[in-house]
Amino acid sequence: MPTYRFTVNGTEVDVDAPADTSLLWVLRERLGVTGPKYGCGVGACRACTSHLDGAEIQPCVVPVEQCHGREVTTIEGLADGDTLHPVQQAWLDEDVAQCGFCQPGQIMAAVALLDRTPDPSDADIDAIENVCRCGTYCRIRSAIKRVAAGG
Amino acid sequence: MPVWNRRRFLTLAIAAPTITIAAKLATDDSAADALPSNPQLADLLDFGDVVSLASAPTAGSMVLEVTDEGVVRFELPRAESGQGITTAVAMMIAEELDARLADVRVELADADPARLWNQFTAGSTGVRTLWNPVRAIAAAARARLVTAAAVQWSLPADTLTTRDSKVWAPDGRSAGYGSLSVRAATVVPAIHTSPKAVTDHKLVGKPTGRVDARAIVTGQAKFGMDIEVPGALATVVARPPTIKGTVVSCDDTAARAIPGVVAVTRIPTGVAVSAETMDIALRGRDALKIVWKDGPAVGLSDSDIRTKLRAAVPPFIVPPLLTQRLDADFDFAFVSHAPMEVLNAVADVRADRAELWFACQSPIVAQREIATAIGLPVSKVTVHVPRAGGSFGRRLFWDPALEAAQVSKKIGKPVRLMWTRTDDIRHGRLRPASHHKIRATFALGQMLSFEHRMACVETDFKHGFGEVVSASGAAVLGPGDGLMFFHLSASNPYNLGVVTQLLSEVPTPLNTGSWRSVYSGGLRTAEEIVVDQLAAKFGKDPVGFRMSVLKSARTKAVLAKVVKEGEWGRALPRGHAQGVAVHEEYRSATACLVEIDATDPAAPRVTRATIAVDVGLPVNPTGLKAQLMGGLTDAISTMLTAGVHLDDGRVRESSFADFRYARQRNSPPRLDVHVMPPSGKPGGAGELGVPAASAAVVNAYAKATGTRPRSFPIAF
Repeated sequence: MPTYRFTVNGTEVDVDAPADTSLLWVLRERLGVTGPKYGCGVGACRACTSHLDGAEIQPCVVPVEQCHGREVTTIEGLADGDTLHPVQQAWLDEDVAQCGFCQPGQIMAAVALLDRTPDPSDADIDAIENVCRCGTYCRIRSAIKRVAAGG
Repeated sequence: MPVWNRRRFLTLAIAAPTITIAAKLATDDSAADALPSNPQLADLLDFGDVVSLASAPTAGSMVLEVTDEGVVRFELPRAESGQGITTAVAMMIAEELDARLADVRVELADADPARLWNQFTAGSTGVRTLWNPVRAIAAAARARLVTAAAVQWSLPADTLTTRDSKVWAPDGRSAGYGSLSVRAATVVPAIHTSPKAVTDHKLVGKPTGRVDARAIVTGQAKFGMDIEVPGALATVVARPPTIKGTVVSCDDTAARAIPGVVAVTRIPTGVAVSAETMDIALRGRDALKIVWKDGPAVGLSDSDIRTKLRAAVPPFIVPPLLTQRLDADFDFAFVSHAPMEVLNAVADVRADRAELWFACQSPIVAQREIATAIGLPVSKVTVHVPRAGGSFGRRLFWDPALEAAQVSKKIGKPVRLMWTRTDDIRHGRLRPASHHKIRATFALGQMLSFEHRMACVETDFKHGFGEVVSASGAAVLGPGDGLMFFHLSASNPYNLGVVTQLLSEVPTPLNTGSWRSVYSGGLRTAEEIVVDQLAAKFGKDPVGFRMSVLKSARTKAVLAKVVKEGEWGRALPRGHAQGVAVHEEYRSATACLVEIDATDPAAPRVTRATIAVDVGLPVNPTGLKAQLMGGLTDAISTMLTAGVHLDDGRVRESSFADFRYARQRNSPPRLDVHVMPPSGKPGGAGELGVPAASAAVVNAYAKATGTRPRSFPIAF
């Protein structure tokens, strides 16, 4: 079985797994990183959204072999110690979460958006595909705008 | 589950206060041009009253504990699936104890049959049923802590005050609750133990963020899917292509040859594969070669369901003679619950005991049914209730826990069983499809009658609902739990002459279940659409007509609020329009005003929404607004795009790619929710928002497009 070496939230890991194993199950089942959630397994709900070399990915459809030598960041790696990332803080300020299951993915998608587009338009925010079954979209929009406005 | 120090300090389980039925008169200020309508059962006794009555005898079985570290710990016998009950209850406790909110930890209680019906989460009853007993238990704890400090300081108890999780003496000395807990456990309270007056509240009623928000945004919140039980094998189930299909034969040779696959087990619902990790279990499942027998719904498609429902609609009483009338028919599709967290359960079944972890709204009934299925006494089956990643009614049923218990029993190892999203949508429970006929008659500018006949695919209520009603002492209203629930929830808020609402249920072999707002989702939505048409018949605008026939001053007030704040009647471009609707239920009232852009009628967008809500006494306005926001999103979804098709005994959709629940691009860029000032006792909120928002969306769409939508979702 091949071994893949990459970093997860700054820590180097070695993973023995079939090449086509999805990163989501590698994170959740082999590395104990449970912030990224399974919601569909086909990249449709995006509850697992994380970053690969700083860009948004859906780990449920990314084979582990594509991660070799690269940097994976999940929701657990976003805060700087006890200091929350501004997007996480905005999520608290707007009290976005309801059940909270999709929110790690929503936050990682928002961080990626704001990295690409520091002052996103409503249309830019509309392009976020992540499903929230509790229907928290309005507060997600407010939280993103709060960050764009400087918190 | 956290392991708590079992050394007990102040721990209270007190007798419940008397809970009485709130009866209200059907009319408070009838409009001059409307015939007063008859009160309906739900106006006098609704489901929340029933749950209050059924749970009252065991309300004292709730446990509040103050540890020596000053943590106020409360075991909540309810599910938390995002509705915010843990935050609301923590606020109530902090208020009555004068504790810091951060010191209060609300944990979900294990299933306990001694609670009888006081561990049932449904019908927007959480705050309504917990308001009195939780405040009583916290107030009693405060009295004991004050008394303990009085003894310690040799001061009269009534000279002491409490704030910030401490008791304070007049000279400025203070003692933290943790330091007083041991003594407090043995003192006889020397001061009154009754809860505060609402006017003295400092925290209840103030906008407050979720108590678990930081855990959520840092990825630390643990759901059922994240629970680690040593040695538990990842398990998935191969399921049939048809609903309730069965296994004829299974060749598991290839599956068993996959490294890491540990067991393949036949269970009644399919073939379970257990493996070291979930990805291996999924590979194993895909390697099974199964011959399936068709399920009992083969031959049934949407068109057959619609035909059955139309044939089952109860007849109108008023004949179509002499009077002017308006007739309207409506169809609502099946809808999946599709909570973000797929169904899952951990089960560890041994020869003499079992332990399970699964998010559940009805854990006592689930515990009993699972114990029976695996042949153990209930007392030997422990059920832990983790937080749920959404529910919307789905976790009233415990299907995955039963499967996990069956597999664990067969293989003698603990398992953590997961439904895939496809399992969830194809084999999950459905909000039943329904057909509605409404006939309104009027003469000389006055409404004479309003009849609503609803036929619905039978809803499965076998999650303890009937037993709750029986335990409450409420009379049995008719055959079937569905009819009972219908009459405990159905009501129409208007003076429209003689109002009747009747339900007929059509049995099918499908998996069904209550979906947020249950019958009201179709019933009241259809009625609010017809009310817009009646307004037009009378030459009035939708707001003016409603104001002339609404019974309740509270409902008129929320309507007036959205009219003002939402700028009813403002000019909008062609293809855009406003729509409005109201709903009363759970002793609460709401109005919703939306603006829609239907320039492309095939792809409408709700662009703005204004909601007003009166829940009697809002405990947490921030959480309350969140519930109304969620109801609006459900409304936009189920009215415009989200439903599931039944094709020859199977569900067509399989993921969020084709079950088109709203996404960011479907939600309004502007939403304002207005919480009305306190007007009484707390009412329910979780399901309140769906019907008014649903009808407002459709009314706006109808106006914008000049159409009369009758079948939902519109783009299906």
